[in-house]
Amino acid sequence: MSGQKRLHSMTLVFFMMVSVNAFAAGGAKLLHMDVDLGNEASLQRGAKTFVNYCLSCHAAAYMRYNRMGTDLGISDDVLKSNFMFGTDKVGETMTVAMTDADSLQFFGVSPPDLSVIARARGADWLYSYFKTFYVDENRPFGVNNLTFKDVGMPHVLWELQGMQRLAHRESEDGVHHSPTYADLELITPGTQTEKEYDRTVRDLVNFLVYVGEPIKLKRGKIGVWVILYLFVFLIIAYMLKKEYWRDVH
Amino acid sequence: MADLGKQVVDGLVGVRDWVDDRFPLMKGWNEHLAKYYAPKNFNFWYFFGSLALLVLVIQILTGIWLTMNYKPSAEDAFASVEYIMRDVDWGWFIRYMHSTGASAFFVVIYLHMFRALLYGSYKKPRELLWLTGMALYLVLMGEAFFGYLLPWGQMSYWGAQVIISLFGALPIIGPDLSEWIRGDFVVSDVTLNRFFSFHVIAFPLLICGIVGAHILSLHEVGSNNPDGVEIKKNKNAEGIPLDGIPFHPYYTVKDIVGAIVFLIIFFTVVFFAPEMGGYFLEHANFMPADPFKTPEHIAPVWYFTPYYAILRAVPDQLGGVIAMGAAVMAFIFLPWLDRSPVKSSRYRGMNYRIALTLFVISFLILGWLGMQPVTPLFTWMARICGLIYFLFFILMPIYTAHDNDKAVPDRVK
Repeated sequence: MSGQKRLHSMTLVFFMMVSVNAFAAGGAKLLHMDVDLGNEASLQRGAKTFVNYCLSCHAAAYMRYNRMGTDLGISDDVLKSNFMFGTDKVGETMTVAMTDADSLQFFGVSPPDLSVIARARGADWLYSYFKTFYVDENRPFGVNNLTFKDVGMPHVLWELQGMQRLAHRESEDGVHHSPTYADLELITPGTQTEKEYDRTVRDLVNFLVYVGEPIKLKRGKIGVWVILYLFVFLIIAYMLKKEYWRDVH
Repeated sequence: MADLGKQVVDGLVGVRDWVDDRFPLMKGWNEHLAKYYAPKNFNFWYFFGSLALLVLVIQILTGIWLTMNYKPSAEDAFASVEYIMRDVDWGWFIRYMHSTGASAFFVVIYLHMFRALLYGSYKKPRELLWLTGMALYLVLMGEAFFGYLLPWGQMSYWGAQVIISLFGALPIIGPDLSEWIRGDFVVSDVTLNRFFSFHVIAFPLLICGIVGAHILSLHEVGSNNPDGVEIKKNKNAEGIPLDGIPFHPYYTVKDIVGAIVFLIIFFTVVFFAPEMGGYFLEHANFMPADPFKTPEHIAPVWYFTPYYAILRAVPDQLGGVIAMGAAVMAFIFLPWLDRSPVKSSRYRGMNYRIALTLFVISFLILGWLGMQPVTPLFTWMARICGLIYFLFFILMPIYTAHDNDKAVPDRVK
């Protein structure tokens, strides 16, 4: 590519980048969930869902099993028997056996590492994503997603949620409108009720937020003491300043 | 016991004198602290110089510890940052101090610069002080830009790609220049390595050196103050300014109070909101750099966004690059653009006060616009604010020469 051409394509890329800003939800607002990292039971249930449903394709290669065990109150023995399927060394990170070449062949894309996915996407996006899969015969795995259009991932939680379809409604004036979350309806029930599945997803997202930043469980607690200390220091420093400045007029 | 105490003190004084015979220890202490006379009327705006020094120390110390575990290679960089966040003891704390420190640096520097605009601190005899300050500002922007590539996230990568490609817009040398900066046809491992080198050694050395020159030139001409009165004009029989007080202990104890207030805010961010809602750590930067996938929306970190908005407001790319460069460089000429004999805005006429207010408002709006996706309305807003931004400088010789300035008192209040 000549210099001039390259410059041209750079310019093009540059203007494309700054002009496109669209998530694939048809402009729909994301569903909201309150993250609750203080709920250890929820984090443990989320961990269970994660290792059972996600960890076979997705890695969380920066997360160590025993860090999770220590933080979430899970003993090494329980870790080994219930949470670890690919290794028995608790100090290892959550990697997967599937190679990139394999996954490319299976899904057309390598499943991203999930260590910091919650920090990149945000909890609301993940919560919405897990709840908005729907049947779409045109897709390789027969499902599409309202939050992440044409996603390469199958609906791995379908057993639990069941299957939804996208009802194409027309508004009153007969104009076709882009689908929203309200257009999803359950057609095949899963093993969990709607309420149970909602809890499963909340637990999973809670856990992913934790995995994104394990220290988040503790840093606020440390911070309170740091700030308290600084306030005490501030009082002393202010009195010292007052004392010195008494003779300045 | 008393004898022992006296012996220790005598011993320490002995060491001091031994050093002082061979090194300007007491001379330097007196010149720059104990007998450096600063105006007694410093206000809130005078905290930010010492705070900038504090942030510099924070950045250097945390930087040293981050460098112990960070790996500057395209293969390992992203993972090594997460390693620091998870496996290095207190690594998350060091990293958050450094990332928060980057933003804090610009907050402090922008307020420090605003102080100079408010009280005319750039005016004679402090032109060189202003120029070394501007040099620091430019080097700091470079330092921040190089550092932002290091986490090797999507925003690191594409932000660098966009900014470097801007150099490609320059006529004739452009394409070769941007290739020379990257060391490759695209941002790559080579680029990361050299940016690391610039970030951890070249630019910090520059900053420390220029900070030294900045403080030396400040202490040569003496500090300005909120009244814009030269305190050296009124001295007592011993040659001490009547409105001056020794920097130490008066301003050391005062700056400690300022430093603690700053640290309370700083650590509130570090411990409770290190991402600062995506303004200090951008969400998209938690995706590893992918040269084949352009993010949906690229925005630089907040401290560059006023200039980014000006860049985007100009339809022609080369024109945009020139406008952006001019916007940054315009500050340099302030000492010569400002024709008013009065320094402090307390005694300046309405012309300057209105101009400064409009300038600050348009700077803030430009900063906000630089974070937003482009829309026709926003582009026009950026053009209007950009125009006000430049008119502040271009018209300055006119509106400051014909201002209804007030009489400046002889002594500080």
